[in-house]
Amino acid sequence: MSKQRLLLFIPVVVFVVLVLFFFRGLSLDPNEMPSALLNKPVPKFLLPRLVNPQEVRSESLLQGKVSLLNVWATWCATCREEHAFLNQLKDQGVHIVGLDYKDNTVDAQRWIAELGNPYDEILIDEDGRVGLDLGVFGAPETYVVDKRGIIRFKHIGDLNKKVWDETIQPLVKSLE
Amino acid sequence: MVPNLMIPELGHFALVLALCLSFALFVLPMLGAHYGNQLLMHTGRSLSAGFFIFICIAFFCLTYAFAHDDFSVKYVASNSNSLLPYHYKICAVWGGHEGSLLLWILMLSGWTFAVSIFSKSLPLDMQARVLSVLGFVAVGFLLFMLMTSNPFDRILPIPPEDGGDLNPLLQDPGFVIHPPVLYMGYVGFSVVFAFAIAALLTGRLDSAWARWSRPWAIMAWGFLSVGIALGSWWAYYELGWGGWWFWDPVENASFMPWIVGTALIHSLAVTEKRSLFKSWTILLAILTFSLSLLGTFLVRSGVLTSVHAFANDPERGIFVLAFLAVIVGGSLILFAFRAPVVKSEIGFNWFSRETLLMGNNILLCITMIMVLVGTLYPLISDALHWGKVSVGPPYFNIFFIPLMGFLCLLMALGPLTNWKRTNPQQILSLLWKPWLISLVFALIFPWLYRDDYKISAAIAVFIASWITTALVADFIYRLRNSDSFASGLKKLSLSYYAMIIAHLGIAVTLIGVSLTSIYTIERDLRMEEHQAVNLLDYEFTLRSLQKVKGPNYLADEAFISVTYKGKALDDMHPQKRRYYARGSTMTEVALDKSLFRDIYVAMGEPVSEKAWAMRVHIKPFVRWIWLGALMMALGALLAVADKRYRKKVQVSAPENSTGVIGAGLVSHE
Repeated sequence: MSKQRLLLFIPVVVFVVLVLFFFRGLSLDPNEMPSALLNKPVPKFLLPRLVNPQEVRSESLLQGKVSLLNVWATWCATCREEHAFLNQLKDQGVHIVGLDYKDNTVDAQRWIAELGNPYDEILIDEDGRVGLDLGVFGAPETYVVDKRGIIRFKHIGDLNKKVWDETIQPLVKSLE
Repeated sequence: MVPNLMIPELGHFALVLALCLSFALFVLPMLGAHYGNQLLMHTGRSLSAGFFIFICIAFFCLTYAFAHDDFSVKYVASNSNSLLPYHYKICAVWGGHEGSLLLWILMLSGWTFAVSIFSKSLPLDMQARVLSVLGFVAVGFLLFMLMTSNPFDRILPIPPEDGGDLNPLLQDPGFVIHPPVLYMGYVGFSVVFAFAIAALLTGRLDSAWARWSRPWAIMAWGFLSVGIALGSWWAYYELGWGGWWFWDPVENASFMPWIVGTALIHSLAVTEKRSLFKSWTILLAILTFSLSLLGTFLVRSGVLTSVHAFANDPERGIFVLAFLAVIVGGSLILFAFRAPVVKSEIGFNWFSRETLLMGNNILLCITMIMVLVGTLYPLISDALHWGKVSVGPPYFNIFFIPLMGFLCLLMALGPLTNWKRTNPQQILSLLWKPWLISLVFALIFPWLYRDDYKISAAIAVFIASWITTALVADFIYRLRNSDSFASGLKKLSLSYYAMIIAHLGIAVTLIGVSLTSIYTIERDLRMEEHQAVNLLDYEFTLRSLQKVKGPNYLADEAFISVTYKGKALDDMHPQKRRYYARGSTMTEVALDKSLFRDIYVAMGEPVSEKAWAMRVHIKPFVRWIWLGALMMALGALLAVADKRYRKKVQVSAPENSTGVIGAGLVSHE
């Protein structure tokens, strides 16, 4: 077979590789959290604060009380919807830590200034490294972290009244 | 319900019959073409008609079940509700996985039928093979439907009292037309695919082949352009966020066939006119349809998360994947063995229309690959245990904007160059004026438009104006020898006008996309009754708040009056709806539309009894995004209507004068 003819096989080869990935992908649930992280401590991190990027905070701020770790970004449509509900939770005294994921810091600061701040602390994860450690699939996502800093639950998608009432609030109550 | 008892069974039965017919359509004409049996080859046309008719019957039965609230049918029960307005009941038919699959097959049968009618001028064996390939695609999809996703499944013996309602996001006029148009485009590429396979089987890869395929490819591309634009338009006003493109996996799934389809229609031009790039064109034809199928797989298998994704079912995923493997893998293997290998003999100069079109193809393919990588990366990363990742708009924008910018810069040159060889000197003499005009205009525009000068806006305006002025220069150049302006206009072919309009459409969309992104102003404003708030030169006053009852929802409605520099504009009535059946809330945006800016008001959350947080956007040029897409589609329509397709057909088949041209027109209606 001529050399040029062999080149024509490249598309098939690429396609076969893709099919193998798809086949593997079928048995993976994109929404499933890596089981390794459930009931494990929050991965270690040192991240700048949104209000003052000169200062950094570590995972220790998720210890001491039951917290929600909320992953959000200004490019995320659903986060906007979610934000109003987080504001309500804040009024109920829920401890929420925000992770501004793969985002532009200035945009994020403006967003908080405009929409209000439901978070007790917001950390900037600009390159998404911590998000990667956490196994963040996309924004928004919310992790329930207990007093010892151990992840107890992960919710993908927006945190709304229904999810809160039916799933997360009972869990938070039981952990307290 | 008693008199209608049999209707869903009838629909089910029609599907089974359609499967039998499509299997016959796959086998008989192909055998006929192989053995040269005229009779068998002739079966293709009647089998196509039968296939089309039975799918129509099935589709009608499902529609009937929706219209009459037959909640004993599982699919109806989960996607409709007795309170749903009548017209949404009808389009709820394609509101879920099963029904939208049926719509897919309906489109496929429609295109197949159209091919059987309008390809009488094709050599009989070619026509038989094309129809047979389409029949094969149909067999796969019908099996998929009957085995894993039958829309006619019943909930018996005790059907639910009422249905679960159509997803409120989909209860919208945009959703009535978006899926059908999009699917027309997706599925339309199956015809070009079938032509490509038939050509590979026979080895007849000549310019005649390209000429037959071209109108079908252009038509499908036109539909896809409009379909994507409709989806973007729908997202813009229905999601209540003001975004019009999210780089969501499902959006990407529709965008990739469009990108490769764009490459394909240009590459087909080279193959038709110059008999070059043959293997490449064939590959593009296969790829375009493969990407359409890939989109189907991604949306329906649950391998990626997306706002559009249908309920996941691994069994379905396996089936679609197997089908994908057979059809794409099979055709790529066929391609590898049968595609002509041309000895590298370059029949054109470095500066020629061929070179530019090659550039177009390369840039578009790189773009497609980058989009594909971004879309699949979460899946690949997960499968290789690199961790779960998400890819957001920042990734896509970083390569997409420069690649498209470069492509658009080159695009302006294309129409002016000649086949084989072009004199750079001559191009220069034609184009220095457009270049200069665009440069001056681009530098001034941002300065006039807003107080802060945006370089990015200057670049966008330059590129768009460069495309436009270069087209004008070419237009004037082509009229130079005519006696009068009017006679010159008449001499230019319809396909030339088509090209101009479609290329202008790109410039218009480019302006819309860039200027909206650059100049949009969005604020979340606290609006209190009878108090005015300002944004730019606009003043918004919340007049009153009230509760409004819809057929299947209850809404808070705000009445807002708007003035611009003291002049009153139309009042705006945004709503926040709560749907009864699912308890979900929906933001119904109020829009004040105009060509140069949209005012966009969405209700956020109540702050107090008399005050709401409102999301207000001023979006300049946002209409241009979709206007451009309509111009591209108009271009596609004109290109198909060009009389040269008719002429060629008359030469080869004098007994039939409608030929290929009618195909595009009729299927467009």
